[in-house]
Amino acid sequence: MEPSIYRFIFRYSKREQLVLLVMTGLSFPFLYYSLDLPKRIINEALGAKGAASFPTEWLGFTFDQLEYLWTLSGLFLALVCINGGFKYTINVYRGQLGERMLRRLRYELYARVLRFPLSRFRRMSQGEIIPMITAEVEPLGGFIGDSISLPAFQGGTLITILFFMFVQDPVLGLAAISLYPVQAYVIPKLQRQVNLLGKERVRTVRALSDKIGETVSGVQEVHANDGARLMLARFAERLGRIYDIRFEIYKKKFFIKFLNNFLAQLTPFFFYSIGGYLVIQGSLSIGAMVAVLAAYKDLSAPWKELLGYYERKEDARIKYEQVIEQFDPPGVMDPAMQTGETDDGPAAPAGFRSSNLGLVDDDGETQLDGVNLRIEAGERVALLGPTNGGKEALGLVLARLVPPTSGNLAFGDRDITGLPEAVTGRRIGYVGPAAFAFSTTIRENLLMGAMHRPLLEPERDEDARAAVHKSLADAAIAGNSTDDPNADWVDYAAIGLAEPARLSARLVELLDVVDLWDDCYQLGLRGTLDPELRPDVAARILEARRGFADRLAGDPALAELVEPFAADHYNSNASVAENLLFGTPVDATFSVDGIATNEYVRRTLDSVGLTDDFLTMGRDMAATMVELFADLPADHEFFAQFSFISPDDLPEFQALVTRTDRGGLENLSEEDRTRLLSLPFKLVQARHRLGLLDAAMQARILEARRAFAENLPPELEGAVAFFSADAYNAAASVQDNVLFGKIAYGQADAAGRVGAVLAEVLERLDLRSTVIEVGLDFQVGIGGSRLSAPQRQKIGIARVLLRRPDVLVFNDAVAAIDSAAQARVMERILAEAEGRTVIWALQRADLARRFDRVIVLRGGRVVEDGPLDRLDRDGTEFHAMAAGD
Amino acid sequence: MSINQEVELLRNIPLFAKIEPSKLKLLAFTSERLSYQPDQVLCRQGDIGDAAYIIIDGEAAVRIATPSGDIEVARLGRGDVVGEIAILCDVPRTATVSAVERVTALKITKELFFRLINEFPQIAIEIMRELAGRLERTNAQLRDAVTRSAPQ
Repeated sequence: MEPSIYRFIFRYSKREQLVLLVMTGLSFPFLYYSLDLPKRIINEALGAKGAASFPTEWLGFTFDQLEYLWTLSGLFLALVCINGGFKYTINVYRGQLGERMLRRLRYELYARVLRFPLSRFRRMSQGEIIPMITAEVEPLGGFIGDSISLPAFQGGTLITILFFMFVQDPVLGLAAISLYPVQAYVIPKLQRQVNLLGKERVRTVRALSDKIGETVSGVQEVHANDGARLMLARFAERLGRIYDIRFEIYKKKFFIKFLNNFLAQLTPFFFYSIGGYLVIQGSLSIGAMVAVLAAYKDLSAPWKELLGYYERKEDARIKYEQVIEQFDPPGVMDPAMQTGETDDGPAAPAGFRSSNLGLVDDDGETQLDGVNLRIEAGERVALLGPTNGGKEALGLVLARLVPPTSGNLAFGDRDITGLPEAVTGRRIGYVGPAAFAFSTTIRENLLMGAMHRPLLEPERDEDARAAVHKSLADAAIAGNSTDDPNADWVDYAAIGLAEPARLSARLVELLDVVDLWDDCYQLGLRGTLDPELRPDVAARILEARRGFADRLAGDPALAELVEPFAADHYNSNASVAENLLFGTPVDATFSVDGIATNEYVRRTLDSVGLTDDFLTMGRDMAATMVELFADLPADHEFFAQFSFISPDDLPEFQALVTRTDRGGLENLSEEDRTRLLSLPFKLVQARHRLGLLDAAMQARILEARRAFAENLPPELEGAVAFFSADAYNAAASVQDNVLFGKIAYGQADAAGRVGAVLAEVLERLDLRSTVIEVGLDFQVGIGGSRLSAPQRQKIGIARVLLRRPDVLVFNDAVAAIDSAAQARVMERILAEAEGRTVIWALQRADLARRFDRVIVLRGGRVVEDGPLDRLDRDGTEFHAMAAGD
Repeated sequence: MSINQEVELLRNIPLFAKIEPSKLKLLAFTSERLSYQPDQVLCRQGDIGDAAYIIIDGEAAVRIATPSGDIEVARLGRGDVVGEIAILCDVPRTATVSAVERVTALKITKELFFRLINEFPQIAIEIMRELAGRLERTNAQLRDAVTRSAPQ
């Protein structure tokens, strides 16, 4: 990268900077003329400078006095507009240029992160990289816009004024600039100290954000080890360091300011003394001296601007250099290796051949030492040995994730170090011990392995296409990627699919291979579906709803498991709130916690005369809760599981019950009424069995249900998705859509039995794969945090299997999966990878019996290498290891 | 059936006879009341036990698996408690209990069960009495078996 910011500016924006300069230059005459014109208006049009005779002649036209005034004033107005126009255009152009350059810089930095050697990330954390690319370079954009034009403009102004002063009197001109050398000497010196401190500050802030990042990642350990005080103390220490530096910077900065101001005010001293002397001597007119003084006043503005610019320039220079040095570590990959498209790989099928392969890591630790190997295409090799004995390193080197430090490694007939990622990242697959899941859907996570370049532009209308073209053109100007991220990137040929329509089926197959099928099915049942996007799927799920209802109705043993929703029946397994809404709340408007405060709900209760009954019910529930839970300790699990009232609120409700009994319901405050009203909504008749909802009460809640639906104001229509026997409910999960009712309380193992019937119905209707598809659209959360570690690992494996690389390198890839399933999953992966080269580094030697060949590495050297049957006998390292497991 | 009816029912069970109604209400409120279809299993021999059951209604059979097949060792009815051994001694279920006809049972979790025993020694005594009775019956059966097989 360009070592200094000026080189960067010159290289990528010389044309634009020139345009800015020219525009600035063009603006000068207008600016000058707009300063000159008022003088003319006063002196000539108004005749302040003695007798002007009208009509006067100007530019070949004859004017009388008023006409002349109007004309000049009109001209002045025009100049004001032109100056404003110049300023606007220049500022916009400057801003655009700055943003473009900033975009280019950020892109370049990010692209470099992608090309860092992996070892770099052991020395540089997320917490450091993120602020560099985001916050630290932010001010550079503004500076780049100003970098040439601002000094040109202000310098030009300065020189013009100085020139004017020298014309008036050379001695006074000299006096005006007499202190500039002092400033030019002292200020950079002070500034340098500020710069050093500035550098220090940037480093400390970076370390601070690193600390924050670390705390976020390790917060569980902090809690588990009571480490908060230590963390706080260390954080405070860092803040203190930043404070000290900042304070030091302020002192120096304000001293510079003080010095500048002092010197600026000192100069008039020379004017008065020297100028005064010259006036007395008679060699300078008083008028000239006044003019010089006035000019000197004008001088201070551009001079201040220039000094400010100097400070910003230094700041930008340091920031740039400090960021760049971090992004230029040795071993950064050549960009062409990463984004270039090539067919220049070795002829398939390709094996590996290494001679004298060695790897020494950053700490000088030998990872591989003189490894000579030949792995033929199609071989299945198990790598064994102690941890850090070399098997992990060999896996990384074979996948070209880490370049060897000595010796040769050939992939087919090519040296692997020179191969672009378009070859290594497609023909070779690698899964490490902790695969990463990106924050998107499971489907995207799987497809990521087969998304190397945009292949098919999505269908867009004319406007959309134009917008995309424009944004890609902007990207090109800023040196950014011009690939369309919204195109279809999936390489169906690499997956082995003739038609994209088969993709989902293929994904489902792979889920089965890595034992993720059932997880995905469960996620699908719990997931939601947008019926407008997938009307076909929604229709089929409605079919399943009917099938499920028929199945339950047909078997008396099952009939009681689910109580279906019916518009004219009270559902005793649903809460009062659900019974009233007869739908799923879409947002917080009608959520169970806030429903008692909802104005429309309250109006509805009033309209059917239920408010007082609900208050009574609330009072009874509160009394029961107080009776049942008053003696329990506040942290007792029953509160969370069974109580309607949290332990903190219990005393308040106790008082409320007493108040109610004493004063009657009608005398309660609004706050108390809301409290009591909030309770009955949570009541589930079949679960809580409090005997508060008799048939009459149920009938009246049904009446309220009808009133609620009929009078629902239009602005609330989106807040609830009503239950309807023949419509898909977008706010409810797939499972709830099929059940279309509530799993009954009090039926032994109801959930398990319902799940079995559900699976059976979905299977019969051939809908299980549809459910899986919904599961595939499950959002896995930040870093896959909504999945378990084994699930993430399985996704990582399926991702690589999907794109069918020639070579599969697994580094301890199934260790995260529970040991009972490990062997099974491994078996299925090997069957799926039939015919491909598989190289698998294993912790458990007994698992190596599934491979053709075993290589044992210790201390970075190959200590045993041979076919399984030859090594699997007494006296070999392998045998000893396998027996130990 | 509402909580209050359940409390009445529990009071008629000797185990809970001396417990104050508000505690019984908490017991009823925090315990799941489950209904079982005929042949459905309440607990299975060998499983880990996490709850005891009080039969509220219906009849259940207790069976033990032996090498020569399942033997029914007891019948349980209204008011009987079952499944307490596994949670008292932290051993797997010693027998399989299944519904003979439609059974309604109150499922008392391990946590709640210990809490009750701690708070109400009366319950502990009742359970001791019940277990001692069972031990006595088992001893008698063993005696019978030994005397019958001795002559051979």
